[in-house]
Amino acid sequence: MLTFTIRRLILAIPTLLFISLVIFLLLQLAPGDPMAQVPLTVPPEVKEKMREALGLGEPLHIQYIKWLRQFFWVEPLNLLDTWFGTEFAWHWVPVDSSISESRLAVLAEEGRLRDTAEGQEYWSPELRVISWQTRSPVMEIVAQRIPQTLWVVGVAYIVGILIALPIGIYSAYRQYSWFDNAGTLVTMIGFSVPPFFSGVLVIVIFSVQLNWFPSIYDTTLVVDDWESFKRQINQMFLPVMVLALQITSQISRFMRASMLDNLNQDYVRTARAKGMRERVVVMTHVLRNSMIPVVTVIALGIPSIFGGAIITEQVFKVNGIGQLLITAIQANDLPMVQTLTFIFAVLIVLFNLIADVLYGILDPRIRYD
Amino acid sequence: MADGALPVLDVKDLKTVFQTRKGEVHAVNSVSFDVRPGELLGVVGESGSGKSVTMMSLIGLLPMPPAEVRDGEVLFDGKDLLKIDPNALRDVRGGDIGFIFQDPMTSLNPVFNVGFQIMEPLRKHMGMTKEKARNRAVELLELVGIPDAARRLKDYPHQFSGGMRQRVMIAIALACDPKVLIADEPTTALDVTIQAQILELVKDLREKLGMAIIWITHDLGVIAGIADRVMVMYGGQVVEQAPVKELFTNPQHPYTRALLKTIPNVHGEREAKLNVIEGQPPILGAPPAACPFRDRCEYRFERCDRENPYRRPIGHQHDVACFYEFEDKSAGDANAA
Ligand SMILES: Nc1ncnc2c1ncn2[C@@H]1O[C@H](COP(=O)(O)OP(=O)(O)OP(=O)(O)O)[C@@H](O)[C@H]1O
Ligand SMILES: [Mg+2]
Repeated sequence: MLTFTIRRLILAIPTLLFISLVIFLLLQLAPGDPMAQVPLTVPPEVKEKMREALGLGEPLHIQYIKWLRQFFWVEPLNLLDTWFGTEFAWHWVPVDSSISESRLAVLAEEGRLRDTAEGQEYWSPELRVISWQTRSPVMEIVAQRIPQTLWVVGVAYIVGILIALPIGIYSAYRQYSWFDNAGTLVTMIGFSVPPFFSGVLVIVIFSVQLNWFPSIYDTTLVVDDWESFKRQINQMFLPVMVLALQITSQISRFMRASMLDNLNQDYVRTARAKGMRERVVVMTHVLRNSMIPVVTVIALGIPSIFGGAIITEQVFKVNGIGQLLITAIQANDLPMVQTLTFIFAVLIVLFNLIADVLYGILDPRIRYD
Repeated sequence: MADGALPVLDVKDLKTVFQTRKGEVHAVNSVSFDVRPGELLGVVGESGSGKSVTMMSLIGLLPMPPAEVRDGEVLFDGKDLLKIDPNALRDVRGGDIGFIFQDPMTSLNPVFNVGFQIMEPLRKHMGMTKEKARNRAVELLELVGIPDAARRLKDYPHQFSGGMRQRVMIAIALACDPKVLIADEPTTALDVTIQAQILELVKDLREKLGMAIIWITHDLGVIAGIADRVMVMYGGQVVEQAPVKELFTNPQHPYTRALLKTIPNVHGEREAKLNVIEGQPPILGAPPAACPFRDRCEYRFERCDRENPYRRPIGHQHDVACFYEFEDKSAGDANAA
């Protein structure tokens, strides 16, 4: 299993390189100067730095390598720096005319200036991928948005699964009972009603009419005591409900189908013939087999949590990743769109791998080595 | 064998019905039989004659719905298995009555190792600790002839061949020293040499453990080799029952006679191309009001269309459900065992 995992990880590298090339070429194929889309409000020297970071004007393959380096080397180091206060992503840069005298003095005082044979150099962080919209590093913005998304979409995913599994199991065990039929009806609604409708509907009912929950998610809320925790739960309630309805519908159907497949198998009869209790027959023998495909589907669905729920986030004004992507597309913020797209690609490749490994762990018939 | 002993399992007038979209299917119609301790009862009959459904009805293994055991008594250990509560029935299943199923390839759970699957009934019915159950599981695997048993406990079913899996199934069925072992075509899925090995094994075990065995098969050759008594089923009912020698030398039901002719003789030739066995066995939408075999019977006469023949005794432990009385008492002896 370990060798399989390692092999799959190595195989993932060319896959990701190919995806990154496609995403990179999008930038190249954009007609004219990609920098033409940069808003006029951006000062010329910032524009120049962006150009430099993108490697524009250099041959295509050099640009691509620069871009890769940016993504796989500089940004992860920056992440470490922000977490641990280190300076991994810093390097020595020759002093040029753009640095003012007073700045040089400050650098000298901090010990970040040195003399070499070629002249003076100063200690400075590497250039980062800058969002055209906000002019701050893309990764920083992403890091700010991820917690909102994880709170709302992640919680909805977990809640949805926790509700879906028992429903799926029981509906299959009592196929065509009133419970199963009611479940079929509700999941059909969950499948077919889009979140922009159900979202608005729950807002009208629970915030406007009943006034139980706020309709707008307050991103500035800091959870530091019981009171604020309760408010956080309160404001999460409606978006989580809307998303969980969808997730529950999908997973419970899947669980039910998988259980039904297994309940008719011969080994179930064997378990009964051994005198095992129904609980053991269903919750041990059948469930263990049924969970194999379900776990895979759950793992494959995890990247979509990070992808955010674009519509639900819009409806409830949660400024998570989904909303970030939408606004970036609308504002032609190419670096942001590229970065987000690539992050999703990495997550999808990663969770595909995890799903495969889980499959191998859960099903002894699968041999990878 | 064990002629005078009381039956360990006594089935009376069993009726099982399936509810299907096209209406009811009467799969088992008033089946009665018994087995005594140490006796091996062979059950024969063509596909669809209700052998499996009968045996599964006894211990509530049919999915209900669509199945319904409508009538009858299954006396075991002084209790009627059709009436006792589900918990008590579970104690009998896998404990006092072991069951081996038709298809060894799919009858084991693919995601648990065979050790776990053998130990499960031991822990439930005999209250064994894990340690004890493991030792017993090793013993059982050795008993059914699986080499290197201790190491193989950790293996999964897919790591065993078909014959080995069937041995594992037998080990599970034997785990708690059952008083009755029901084997539903345990060897059909296996090749001939393994079949022979398993037959030897069961004969051996019966002598060692003294249990009663119900052995379902299509193969009359197998029956001739191991059974004490034979029950012939057709259309969900018992058409003839007799001690094995008697059945082979003196068959009294036209169906039994036809069946015996299908066995190749010593020269490997079948005596007759069985016109009787051609066509489908009946699927009964209602309790039979006439002989179910009449459409394929060469001795059919007017009474066969009016009444369903009852089982009339015609000799020691020999009864037959047919109105026709054969003059010649040895028509089927050509293939006597
Ligand atoms: N789930 C079911 N629904 C409807 N009818 C059924 C069902 N299971 C079995 N039957 C019917 O019961 C009858 C007896 O089937 P059974 O499996 O007992 O035959 P069998 O004698 O064991 O045959 P084989 O030798 O092929 O195993 C068949 O006619 C079949 O159509
Ligand atoms: Mg059968």
